[in-house]
Amino acid sequence: MKTLTTKAIARADGRKGLRNTILVVYLVECAHHVAREIQHRFREDDVHLIGFSGCYPNEYSHRMLIRLCTHPNVGAVLLLSLGCEGFNRAGLLSSIRASGRPVDLLVIQETGGTRSTVEAGRAWVERTVVALESAPRVEMNWNELVVGTVCGGSDGTSGITANPGIGRAFDQLVQEGAVCIFEETGELIGCEQIMAARAATPELAEILSASVAKAARYYATLGHGSFAPGNADGGLTTQEEKSMGAYSKSGSSAISGLIKPGDVPGQGGLYLLDVVPDGEVRFGFPNINDNAEIAELIACGSHVILFATGRGSVVGSAISPVIKVCANPETFRKLVGDMDVNAGRILEGHGTLDEVGTEIVDLIRALAEGQETASESLGHQEFVLGYKSFEAIGPACHPTYQ
Amino acid sequence: MDTILLSPNDNIIVLTKSLQEGAVVRIGDVDYRLPSALGLGHKLAAKPIRAGEKILKYGAQIGSATRDIAAGEHVHLHNIQSDYLPTYTLELGREFHAAT
Repeated sequence: MKTLTTKAIARADGRKGLRNTILVVYLVECAHHVAREIQHRFREDDVHLIGFSGCYPNEYSHRMLIRLCTHPNVGAVLLLSLGCEGFNRAGLLSSIRASGRPVDLLVIQETGGTRSTVEAGRAWVERTVVALESAPRVEMNWNELVVGTVCGGSDGTSGITANPGIGRAFDQLVQEGAVCIFEETGELIGCEQIMAARAATPELAEILSASVAKAARYYATLGHGSFAPGNADGGLTTQEEKSMGAYSKSGSSAISGLIKPGDVPGQGGLYLLDVVPDGEVRFGFPNINDNAEIAELIACGSHVILFATGRGSVVGSAISPVIKVCANPETFRKLVGDMDVNAGRILEGHGTLDEVGTEIVDLIRALAEGQETASESLGHQEFVLGYKSFEAIGPACHPTYQ
Repeated sequence: MDTILLSPNDNIIVLTKSLQEGAVVRIGDVDYRLPSALGLGHKLAAKPIRAGEKILKYGAQIGSATRDIAAGEHVHLHNIQSDYLPTYTLELGREFHAAT
């Protein structure tokens, strides 16, 4: 197997990380300010802020935070609880402890309020930053890598340059044994038949089609698809036109399985992440913005996110680096400091989709060696987590993993 | 080249750069003058399209014409519509596809 890097960090569960991030995690909005006061002082030290705002417990968000706090890019976790919220903090704490990571829990109501909790938290993070500096570095192969992809701020160029360019990168990565994940079934409306034809088994083909039909029903109830006004300004006219562009991010490999948020594929291949909740419509839009999708891709183990944008999104993410692949050469010139790859150059006669794909793969290698993405160097650490409900996937969803 | 034909059977072309009002775009052997500025990524009819006809991009159906569209005309929200979104159901979308 080919080596990706010799600078990875081994975790007790056998996975390897490209970063050694300390997470400061609020378990309800009431603990958000205290958590931010702790994290902000260490924002240059690879310390990130994530959390869950809701006071009511929710199985999905609990599972998401377990997966995120035990993500291979995460080295240690500080949990911040107000004290009376519904979140199962003891369960989360014991899951993180079982993963072998340094972890602590501060309950604001039992720590003397804001000031003393901020002081206690800062002292813990300061010690932990020093402790993590000596983490041994190990070799990591391409077949241990998980890469997710998302698109945001799409326009008429996205489906011509950045999305198929990411598709070429995915083809190379799947070939090397990596896990590649594409998502947002609501943006595959109109593509369900051509996508199903790529499924590894006939049963999986039915599951893939059904996931898009579920998304269409869900959005019908909400009365709104994923088509935003900026998409139309950028030349896109219909949902299926946007879908065809988005679909091309998946490349041309066979589809190995369908997963849901928090499912970590156990072997290499191309997977569709079904982000639309099961059952009746309950908690509103499946994902309220791009970062909600990115958080789910990371919860499925993604070490790196490939983000295609035409209009020009500037976001990054907590936990995993985001590579921004810019589809539109005019946008690239306007937002050059926010972009990592100029896929739009193809439209001006410079380069091919294969070259863009190779450039993306080379950039992943550089990130693994410690290089920062544009959004990392600018301090972007966006994070969003809301309420959802899912049924567990069945064996036919993951036929290659039995 | 200021435009790209993404798939041989497509009936639209896509602008590969933003063009000003009055700019001339050549489709086949004919020159068309843009009546207004158009941004990169927008679509023009590559041939005359009749009302109800499918719009093909990447060789795939991306919607239907809601009225007759002349060659060289801007193809967008004013003259095509999704076969899915107005009803938001795949079932109706499939029936629509089957009927045409």
